[in-house]
Amino acid sequence: MKVPDHLKYTATHEWVRIEGDLAAVGITDHAQAELTDIVYLELPAPGKQVTAKSPVAAIESVKAASDIYAPVSGEIAEVNAALPGDPGAVNARPYESWMFKIRMSDPGELAALQDADAYRKSIGG
Amino acid sequence: MELLEPQPLIFEKSRPGARAARFPAFADGGADLDAAVPAQFRRREAAGLPELSEIEVVRHFTRLSQLNFSVDTHFYPLGSCTMKYNPKVNDRMAALPGFAAMHPYQPAATAQGALELLDDLEHLLCEICGMDRFSLQPAAGAHGEFTGLLVIRAHLKSKGEGHRNKVLVPDSAHGTNPSSARQAGFDVVTVPSLPSGQVDVAALERLAGPDTAALMLTNPNTLGVFESRIGDMAAIIHRAGGLLYYDGANMNALLGLARPGDMGFDVVHLNLHKSFSTPHGGGGPGAGPVGVKAFLDPYLPVPRLRRVEGALAWDHDRPQSVGRVRSFAGNFGILVRAYTYIRAHGAEGMERNSRAAIINANYLKAKVRARYREAAPGPCMHEFVVVPDEAIARGIKVADIAKRLLDFGFHSPTLSWPIRNCLMIEPTETESRETLDRFADALTRIADEAASDPEKVRSAPHRLPVRRMDEVAAARNLDLRA
Repeated sequence: MKVPDHLKYTATHEWVRIEGDLAAVGITDHAQAELTDIVYLELPAPGKQVTAKSPVAAIESVKAASDIYAPVSGEIAEVNAALPGDPGAVNARPYESWMFKIRMSDPGELAALQDADAYRKSIGG
Repeated sequence: MELLEPQPLIFEKSRPGARAARFPAFADGGADLDAAVPAQFRRREAAGLPELSEIEVVRHFTRLSQLNFSVDTHFYPLGSCTMKYNPKVNDRMAALPGFAAMHPYQPAATAQGALELLDDLEHLLCEICGMDRFSLQPAAGAHGEFTGLLVIRAHLKSKGEGHRNKVLVPDSAHGTNPSSARQAGFDVVTVPSLPSGQVDVAALERLAGPDTAALMLTNPNTLGVFESRIGDMAAIIHRAGGLLYYDGANMNALLGLARPGDMGFDVVHLNLHKSFSTPHGGGGPGAGPVGVKAFLDPYLPVPRLRRVEGALAWDHDRPQSVGRVRSFAGNFGILVRAYTYIRAHGAEGMERNSRAAIINANYLKAKVRARYREAAPGPCMHEFVVVPDEAIARGIKVADIAKRLLDFGFHSPTLSWPIRNCLMIEPTETESRETLDRFADALTRIADEAASDPEKVRSAPHRLPVRRMDEVAAARNLDLRA
């Protein structure tokens, strides 16, 4: 399973890429492999206020349905509108398939996220 | 062979103008539709129903029924579901006009036979389970769980202990347990299992406390292992002031051999569509009677049967009851079938059945364990869980093995539950040694194929009217035209 070193991770298998005051969020390679073929993705509306660890998006595979949680608090600044039309991209390219970007209200929350080593360990890699 | 061809949808068989019955025209021309039906209720376009002759409809549905896998056609080792034979005599009894032609609103005085059956069934279930009272209302297993938990909640409230809001559920429990607990307003606390598959009693002791409402437990558990420390667990929960709930999903291992009431359980539900041979799956319908110890009797659903001057009547005057959970007397026709099963087999016969179910499971496990790793080594009860390590190491999924089993004429076991990548196999007492041998041979052959010809397993089934469905394409490109 790929776990790129430059990203941050949550215990609920989201990855986070810091872009200034924005946090781009997707799901990890491990998460997509566990879910298997993803068939549906529901993204939040831009402008929505979100709190860390609360569900903000929904994902469904042929095997399971799951929530995607906000790794940090803030406002949804942007969503990847092309992704719901091509959910298979999350399986094929999990780390290119960002789902939404949060304008962080408290960048201090980033400290609670795992680095690549810790996440790798948590999934038994 | 024509029967093995895929069947088109009935809509695809439709021919304009084809029809079964032709009705004569009204002599007087009929009512004026525009006058009789207000405009907003009138259909503006045709309903889009298929048009076929009567024999075409009969053949369509008869062929579909012949394509089915069912207990009447195939071995059905679906673990934890007890897909045992449904004796035809059950259906005959339920079809007796005295039962089948009754109306639930007819006066109790004219329904004494049916009420006697319900009363007798309640007493039989009490004796089988070691409980004091049963409600026959709940219509399914999870419905029974929900009802039983409402009873527990009502009891705790009446004792002034409504603050107890935690239900302990082992991590191997049926998924319905935690969801029933949530539906009944409790929080769920997961109790870990030991590597042996049994509940970690030390962990249970740490988790039980002044907020504990109940422990929900299946015994034998979902790995097919008897919880031998049930006495200790009961003591821990009762000491903490909680109640013990028995999920009867695996009761087929215990009929006539052991009683949940004797193990310390305060509330049980039974799945008549599992252990008592009533239809399961395909709409059943099910029945999930709930049994309780005497101190919980006031909370059972209303109405209750009561004998007044020799005659049975419905008693609605039970102020502490959780209320009604199902219309009328539950799924009455199913209750007649379960009653017939108990009467046909008797105490000795049911014990023999449970012993045979346990022996069948152990026999089958011994035959397959060389190629399929046992999740819980040692003797099992009525079912067991194995993991096909070799095949998985070669990139084959348990679902592939299940599809390949269809080619050999077997329904799939339960997959990936209660642990990942497993097969959960429950042969029941129904099957002969010859059937078990053929099934074990099929599993062994599939294990061989996983090594010699993995593509054959991955692309199964090969001998059914339809091949593997493309679930991904079906989900991504939904076609909801109707």
